[in-house]
Amino acid sequence: MKKTTNAFKYIFLSIASLISIFPFLWMIISMTNKSVEVTKGSLIPGTHLFENMRNLFTNNLHFANSLVNSAKISVITTVIALVVSSLAGYGFEIYRNKVRDRIFSILLLSMMVPFASLMVPLFRMFRNFKIFGLNTTASVIIPSIATAFLIFFFRQNTKSFPKDLLEAGRIDGLSELQLFTRIYVPTMKSTYAAAAIITFMSSWNNYMWPLITLQTASKRTAPLIISTMSSSYTPDYGMIMAGIVITTLPTALVFFLMQKQFVEGMLGSVKG
Amino acid sequence: MSINKKGTLERKQNIIGWCFTVASIILIITFVFYPMIQAFITSLKSGAGNNLKFVGLSNYKRLLTDETFKKAVFNTLIYLVVQVPIMILLALFISVLLNDKNLKGKGFFRTAIFLPCITSLVAYSVIFKSLFANDGLMNKLFMNLHLISSPINWMTSPFWAKVTIIIAITWRWTGYNMIFYLAGLQNIDPSIYEAAEIDGASATKQFFNITLPLLKPIILFTTITSTSGTLQLFDEVMNITGGGPGNASTTISQYIYNLSFKYTPNFGYAAAVSYTIVAMIVILSLIQFKVAGDNK
Repeated sequence: MKKTTNAFKYIFLSIASLISIFPFLWMIISMTNKSVEVTKGSLIPGTHLFENMRNLFTNNLHFANSLVNSAKISVITTVIALVVSSLAGYGFEIYRNKVRDRIFSILLLSMMVPFASLMVPLFRMFRNFKIFGLNTTASVIIPSIATAFLIFFFRQNTKSFPKDLLEAGRIDGLSELQLFTRIYVPTMKSTYAAAAIITFMSSWNNYMWPLITLQTASKRTAPLIISTMSSSYTPDYGMIMAGIVITTLPTALVFFLMQKQFVEGMLGSVKG
Repeated sequence: MSINKKGTLERKQNIIGWCFTVASIILIITFVFYPMIQAFITSLKSGAGNNLKFVGLSNYKRLLTDETFKKAVFNTLIYLVVQVPIMILLALFISVLLNDKNLKGKGFFRTAIFLPCITSLVAYSVIFKSLFANDGLMNKLFMNLHLISSPINWMTSPFWAKVTIIIAITWRWTGYNMIFYLAGLQNIDPSIYEAAEIDGASATKQFFNITLPLLKPIILFTTITSTSGTLQLFDEVMNITGGGPGNASTTISQYIYNLSFKYTPNFGYAAAVSYTIVAMIVILSLIQFKVAGDNK
């Protein structure tokens, strides 16, 4: 009896793992095949890798451009979001008072707001902006700088930050800002790493808002270009898979190099 | 004197507190709360493009007779009712299997099942679109296994288009929910299970009497986030089926997008549609909280 349940366990987990991994193998095999072979479900690696890559980068699809745009947007968003949110999370927790605690709980409500209800007003708002209006890199970055999720994440982690360190710093004559930059930031490195990963990921993969605000092809991000390629009447799947593999690489690398922080970021503040 | 000094110190601390938090407060108000109010005001107006006139509740009345809207709500609810429970149960089941101390290859299984989370929604949608092509791999596989006798029209049948989307979302998010349960399971004191074992409680009994009650807050959390995510479903529908065939797989989010940016822009009506999602999220979250609270 025990043996059969044990065998069932391994078989079930193996099948679940296979299903989870298979689409990754599929995209790697498919990027070496012609489009016809992909839609016919070929599982044999082909010889079209270089042709697919060449098409991807020379076909006037702005794919190379889109990678640069995506990288620019994700890196800038991550840096600014981390600065703003960690300052806030720290401020809400270290300088606690009733008014700010109440504001904090109101900010948390913003997590319930669906983006679908923001797209129209944000579109109309950015249309009126002169400097960072629609179709600019800044218009993609600005709305995603401050998220209640990230502020909450920093505040939760600040709860376990040893506050005696701050008192010691005050005695040493550090200013309040220096306490943050010289004591808090270095101590919280792993929190920052987790926050950076989660922010970079969501920015790199963001689709809906960039789709609305970025109107010229040369300004578009990688997910938008891939979406455009696949929605044509005769999508070149070999080429598209090559594009998907390339855009998945950065997140895959981060995942395998920093799995612990990656999972920590995903879990956010729920753990423990 | 000393009270006065304490007062100024407190005031100073308070000002510094504002300095640290003010940027984020302003940003969230400007880009979430203010647009929310704007959307509500817009929903009371009507007209094409920018020529909006105040029309009261007529946009909301129009919802009641709009067949596409009804279709989108129906589809969204189908995704919610079918997909979320399947995914939650699957994630729960896998995490319980993985929480076994004696399991070999635990790290591999966990990493493999979590892996779909690293893909972008657009990327995996396109991958699934290729796998479920009419003469594609899935049909080939199912035919070879003799599960089906003729190829399924995944993309062109109203029923199978929805099934494809449900399969895809389940693939992408099961591992994500699993890690929440794993984290929760690790916080359960193993001695509780040891005591239960001594009392002769079966594995099923242990699951229902120990694991499930202790995981309840996390299950509630994942149910609420999944519900909210499914109600906003957009990327997958856009990139797997395009909402088709006809509007057979479209969602509320996609309908709002179409109303605002694909057809002649009707921002007022689109805003009214968007408020139905807000209402649904609020109502369903409250129900879920209530259900979870009552069973305590």
